[in-house]
Amino acid sequence: MIYVVYLIVYGFLLTAVVGLVASWIDRKVTARVQYRVGPPILQPLIDIVKLLGKETLVPKGASKTAFLLAPLVGLGGVILVSTLLWLNNINTSNTFIGDLIVAVYLLTIPSISIIMGGFASANPLASIGASREMKLVLGYELPFVLAVFVPVIHSGFSIRLGDIIAFQAVNGAIVGSWSGALALIVVIMCVQAKLALVPFDVPEAETELAGGALIEYSGSGLAVYKLMKNMLLFTLPFFVMILFMGGFRLKGIQLLYSVLRYVGLVALITVIRNTNPRVRIDQAVRFFWGPMTIIAIVAVILAFKGL
Amino acid sequence: MSLKLKALLKSPWVFHLSTGSCNNCDIEILDCLTPRFDIERFGILLAGSIKHADVLLITGSCNRKSVERLKRLYEQVPKPCLVVAIGECSMSRGMFIHSYNCPEPLDKIIPVDAYIPGCPPKPEAIIAGVVKLIGKVQESIKKK
Ligand code: SF4
Repeated sequence: MIYVVYLIVYGFLLTAVVGLVASWIDRKVTARVQYRVGPPILQPLIDIVKLLGKETLVPKGASKTAFLLAPLVGLGGVILVSTLLWLNNINTSNTFIGDLIVAVYLLTIPSISIIMGGFASANPLASIGASREMKLVLGYELPFVLAVFVPVIHSGFSIRLGDIIAFQAVNGAIVGSWSGALALIVVIMCVQAKLALVPFDVPEAETELAGGALIEYSGSGLAVYKLMKNMLLFTLPFFVMILFMGGFRLKGIQLLYSVLRYVGLVALITVIRNTNPRVRIDQAVRFFWGPMTIIAIVAVILAFKGL
Repeated sequence: MSLKLKALLKSPWVFHLSTGSCNNCDIEILDCLTPRFDIERFGILLAGSIKHADVLLITGSCNRKSVERLKRLYEQVPKPCLVVAIGECSMSRGMFIHSYNCPEPLDKIIPVDAYIPGCPPKPEAIIAGVVKLIGKVQESIKKK
């Protein structure tokens, strides 16, 4: 029963609220970088309410079930993974063997749901977007998993999130070590690609694919996708914080530091997205399989040496 | 119903469609999104796909080729949606009024909610037109 409460209160409501605020921060920082004023704070919520009220069109020739189910699959994945992260963050003994692996798995579900939705919508642009998303997933998963391996080595080969947080509470954040810092760089790049933000927004490519895999979505389908992306904007930095910065501490002055760290991460992601052009899909895959994988391997070797 | 429209007015995503304009009106529309006017303050975004749009901004003189596309696109906008005619061309066909290629003005083809005159209208005029449109829809919500 307690887990249902966690699922609804932490996994869905809290994550959604923080995610909406985060996406406002993202838009506001973007606006400030471009010397604009930017939208009001409630804007992301208003967008979603508006989309929920609009008509949902299913394109002719599309596979109806897959088309309508895909956004829900993605949202479900995000809710599950954020519940898992909150459970570990609130009480480190709420952990089980292998939940780190489960979290890594669940974090790819949103990408898979976008691929599903793109292919189901019977639109050539959406199919191109979905196939690019697929290549991007193949690209970033390898360095991502290697980088996630670094905290595992540091915390004495434990694949439990709770143990990793507990280790950092005693020995200081993993990002303080050389291997941790290198791995953090790799993970931030992968997060950028997982969120499909510039420079890795190849699957959405507004200028050439006009929205990419989501081109045919309207009304509530699009609303669910928007909500999923906003929630990911919280969940992914949260995951990074758990692995490298000792989690989201909720007690006393630590809470302020955690919030600052989180806002800093979101602002960093936003600045990266505002100061870079889009790369081509082959460049993106080469980037992840080349430099990023090498850095991740170096980080893993350093971690084995105890640095 | 009213919450739906209220949210719509706070975040109208626009899609601009040229039915044979000289491209000047389209440039003025894009000007509204630049830092100087910054209409994202009011939640207005440029949508890349017609399926994401709430407001259809139509420029140009509706020539024979583009009328078919115009009708198809109008059918594809998820309702409720609003239509705005921008520029002299889309209101009365402007200088193309005697052209063999422009048989009908826009509002004989699809229902139009607001007209913004000018050749091309200034960004200020476009913003003023949108404000009037929002006022009009709010009035109609109150009456219901
Ligand atoms: S109204 Fe004037 S500026 Fe606008 S498309 Fe027509 S001719 Fe060009």
